[in-house]
Amino acid sequence: MGRFHHHTDGDGHQDHGHHDHGHHDRTDGEHDHHGLGDHSGYETGTERIMVLEQILGENDRIAAANRAELAASGIRSVNLMSSPGAGKTTLLAKTIPALAGRLRVGVLEGDIATSLDADELAGLGAQVALVNTSAGFGGECHLDAVMVRAGLDRLVLADIDLLLIENVGNLVCPAEFDVGQDRRAMVYAITEGEDKPLKYPVMFRAADVVVVNKLDLLPHLRFDLDEFHRNLTEVNPEATVVELSAETGEGLDRWLHWLQSV
Amino acid sequence: MHELSLCGAIAETALEHAAGRPIERIRLRIGHFRQVVPETLQFCWEVRVDGTALEGCALDVDYVAAQVSCNGCRSTTTLEHPLLLCGSCGGADVTMTSGDEFLIESIEVGSARAKQVR
Ligand SMILES: Nc1nc2c(ncn2[C@@H]2O[C@H](COP(=O)(O)OP(=O)(O)OP(=O)(O)O)[C@@H](O)[C@H]2O)c(=O)[nH]1
Ligand SMILES: [Mg+2]
Ligand SMILES: [Zn+2]
Ligand SMILES: [Zn+2]
Repeated sequence: MGRFHHHTDGDGHQDHGHHDHGHHDRTDGEHDHHGLGDHSGYETGTERIMVLEQILGENDRIAAANRAELAASGIRSVNLMSSPGAGKTTLLAKTIPALAGRLRVGVLEGDIATSLDADELAGLGAQVALVNTSAGFGGECHLDAVMVRAGLDRLVLADIDLLLIENVGNLVCPAEFDVGQDRRAMVYAITEGEDKPLKYPVMFRAADVVVVNKLDLLPHLRFDLDEFHRNLTEVNPEATVVELSAETGEGLDRWLHWLQSV
Repeated sequence: MHELSLCGAIAETALEHAAGRPIERIRLRIGHFRQVVPETLQFCWEVRVDGTALEGCALDVDYVAAQVSCNGCRSTTTLEHPLLLCGSCGGADVTMTSGDEFLIESIEVGSARAKQVR
């Protein structure tokens, strides 16, 4: 995962013979049924049907419906993504009480194996619903729009101003799946190394804000913050960057400020 | 990572378009920026269609190289690494021109009628 996958045979095709038959016309509109059945297709018994649909089209349609429902309920939403253990749950635990009295927070928790479980987050004053990500083959590695849809049904939307969605810890998939959020936030921990933006550019490019977490550990690490910033700028020059420590709470104000501006 | 759920989505869309006819082949276009692992996709496809109406259906994938065009020097670069930089001048002001395709392009269905006749 996470690599830039180059096709090993050098030309990007897995099947050559296939190009020889059938009209290969990409300018055709959707659902254009080619008349191969009348020609070669009649002999071979096959017909090519142009589909031209996005692979994640169904996910995107459900995400759009989620977005519309959240907007209709006056809710702003943030999709929190990171590698495993970067500090999403810890940041939520600091964020919820800090926003008390200002914003009513709802949480969709895609991380069911956390030590800080949903009850603890709920105890801090947020409405929390778990999202079941184990429906897939050996557990899912991301949240998709359908999972979030199911999670929304377990929240009282009328009582929420800001919805924080903790995605599954993974630097690859979550960036691909729109769940209907207004903004994407990425939590990056300085323990992960300066080169992460270069290795996972799709994720870093998807983020509206990059939270640089675990800043309290800076004195203990050989970590070059400037080099990280250079790498991040190369991949995503537009991202808002917030440096903080979810552990100590240092720098949290700028994050809260960003959340309130969503 | 999520190749199995992609295969689920591909299967559903293909079956919809086939309208009951047997599908022999599905053709996809996937850009290099989509982080799909070709071997994993094929493996997950076998797993996903095993024992279903799609068993034996081939998955043909055109993997599309990632290209950027430079807004500074106007040159085009095919990216070897997922770094959005111009290969000529090193500039970061580039526009991605290909590589984020994620498309089910076509399917090939068996025609029951053609098989019966002659
Ligand atoms: N020193 C330090 N430790 C932190 C900080 N934030 C989180 N941690 C620790 O990092 C570990 C992982 O934190 P979590 O909040 O569970 O991370 P997560 O992103 O929710 O993890 P997953 O949901 O499993 O992907 C815990 O042991 C936290 O105490 C921080 O700012 N400083
Ligand atoms: Mg967590
Ligand atoms: Zn995934
Ligand atoms: Zn250039």
